[in-house]
Amino acid sequence: MAMGYSEKVMDHFQNPRNVGKMDDADGVGEVGNAKCGDIMKVYLKIQDDVIKDVKFNTFGCASAIATSSMATELIKGKPLKEALALTNQAVVEALDGLPPVKIHCSVLAEEAIKAAIKDYYDKNGIAYDADLFKESGCEHCCHNG
Amino acid sequence: MKVYADNAATTTISQHALAEMIQYYGEEYENASSLHTQGQAAADALEDARGRIAACLHCDARGIYFTSGGSEADNQALIAAAHLGAKKGKRHLISTKIEHHAVLHTLDRLAKEGFEVTLLDVSPDGIVTAGQVDDAIRDDTALISVMFANNEIGTIQPIKEIGRICRERKVIFHTDAVQAAGHVNIDIDDMCIDMLSASAHKFHGPKGTGFLYCKRGIYLEPLICGGAQERGKRAGTENLPAIMGMAAALEDACANLEAYTKRVSGLRDKIIRALSKIPHAFLNGDPVRRLPNNVNMCFEGIEGESLLMMLDMYGISASSGSACTSGSLDPSHVLLAIGLPHEIAHGSLRITLSEHTTEEEVDYIIEKVPVVVEKLRNMSPVWERMMQPQEC
Repeated sequence: MAMGYSEKVMDHFQNPRNVGKMDDADGVGEVGNAKCGDIMKVYLKIQDDVIKDVKFNTFGCASAIATSSMATELIKGKPLKEALALTNQAVVEALDGLPPVKIHCSVLAEEAIKAAIKDYYDKNGIAYDADLFKESGCEHCCHNG
Repeated sequence: MKVYADNAATTTISQHALAEMIQYYGEEYENASSLHTQGQAAADALEDARGRIAACLHCDARGIYFTSGGSEADNQALIAAAHLGAKKGKRHLISTKIEHHAVLHTLDRLAKEGFEVTLLDVSPDGIVTAGQVDDAIRDDTALISVMFANNEIGTIQPIKEIGRICRERKVIFHTDAVQAAGHVNIDIDDMCIDMLSASAHKFHGPKGTGFLYCKRGIYLEPLICGGAQERGKRAGTENLPAIMGMAAALEDACANLEAYTKRVSGLRDKIIRALSKIPHAFLNGDPVRRLPNNVNMCFEGIEGESLLMMLDMYGISASSGSACTSGSLDPSHVLLAIGLPHEIAHGSLRITLSEHTTEEEVDYIIEKVPVVVEKLRNMSPVWERMMQPQEC
C-alpha cells in the first residue's frame, strides 16, 4: 500500500466521512498550522450533552484526512464525556495503525475535537477542568531547523 | 489508466540497454582485470563504453571514471577537489542552496573538516548567475559546484558562463549533471567543466551505475581503496553489464536528443498551460530554461502528499516536495530557496515525463489533477479562509 498506509486509512482517505462545514455549529475547534502542513477544523452540533452531528475540514496529508474522518466517526452520537475521553491511540487503533511519522496526525485529531468541545463550553458558560484541554502545541510535529 | 510521471526519480530501462546487459551478464561475463583473452575482451568493452560516453559529452575518454551512481560521483568530486585545495591552503567551497543532498550533505561533512562553505542564493525562478559565482570567488576558493539542472524544479543553470568564470579565475568547476545527462546537450570541453557527475538510471540505463568525469591534471582522490581499477581512482571490479547498458542508453538518448526535446517539451508545456488555469496554481522554476520533461507546480490551499495519494488512486505516479513525502517534516529545501513560504511549498506537485509519455497520458493527467485539487480544496480550511472576502 502506498506510503505504508493500512487499507482502513486508505478507505477513510478516499471516502472521508463527515466532511463539511456547519453554519450553526454549537462548537468549533481548529488546531495545527499550515506551516507544519496540517490544519484540522471540527464542527459540533450538541444537544443534551450528546454530539448529534459532527463535520470536519482538513488541510493535510492522507493520514491527516483519514484520522479526521475516523475521529469524527468515533464521537458521532456519543455523549460529550465519551468524546472527551477519546485518545489519539484509539483513533490509531481504529485505523489499524499509522506509520510512526504520522502519529502526530492522530494527536491533532484528538485535539481538534477537544478544542471544539471547549468552544462549546466557553460559549455556553459551562464550567470545566482546564487540564482536559491542554494542547501539545506544534513541538510534536515540527522540526524547527 | 496507469501513467508513470516520475521520471526524475527513475526511468524505465531501454530495450537496447537491457540487451547489452544480458549479453554481459551472460555470455561475456569475464572480469576486465583478467589477463586471459576473454578478460581482455571485457577490458576492451569497458574502454569502448568509456569512449562512447565521452563522445556523447564531448570530453577526453580518459577523464571518465565509472562509479556506483550519481551520489558516489558527487561525493568523490567534492571531497577530492576540497582536499586538493586544502593542500594549497584553499579551504573555501562554493555551491548553491538548491543542490541535491548528495552535494549538500557532502559539503556539510567537509564543513566539519574545517572547510568554509558558501551556498549561493537562487532567483525566484531558481537560477544562479555567473556574476554571483564571480563575486563569491575568493583567493582561497578551491571548488565551485553548481548543478546542471535541478531535480525538483527542472531549472537549467548557465553552466557555460559559470564554467568560463571558473576557468578564468582558475577554480575547479564541478557540476552535478544527474538530471541533465541524456536530457540536454552537454559539451564538457566547450562549457569549461572540470568535473561532472551522472547516473545511468535517469536516462533509461540501469540503476546502481554512473560516472564521474574529472579533467586530466586534477588529482582525483579515491573514495574506495583496493585494486587498480579505473586507473587507481575507484577500486572494485567494474560493473561491466551495467556500464555497457549505460553507454547504450546514453548514446541513444543523445542521438535522439533533438526529437526528444521537441516532443517532450511540447507535452510539458501542454500540461503547464492546462494546470495553470486552475485558480491559485503556479509554475515553480523558470518556464524556458527548464528540463524538457519537468513540470513542477504549486496548488495553494492543499497539501502535496494527499494530492499525490489521490493521483496514485487514479493510477498516476508523480512526486511532491511536501514535507510529508520527504520523510522529514520540512518541505523541500529547493522550494524554500526560491522563496516559497512553507504553507505553499507543502502543496507542490512534480510531474516528470519521458520519451515514452503519450499524448493520451498527458490528457489523462490534465483531466485528473484539477478534479483532485478541487476535491482536496473542498475539505481544506486553508482554502476556505483564502476564499473568504478580505477584510480591509
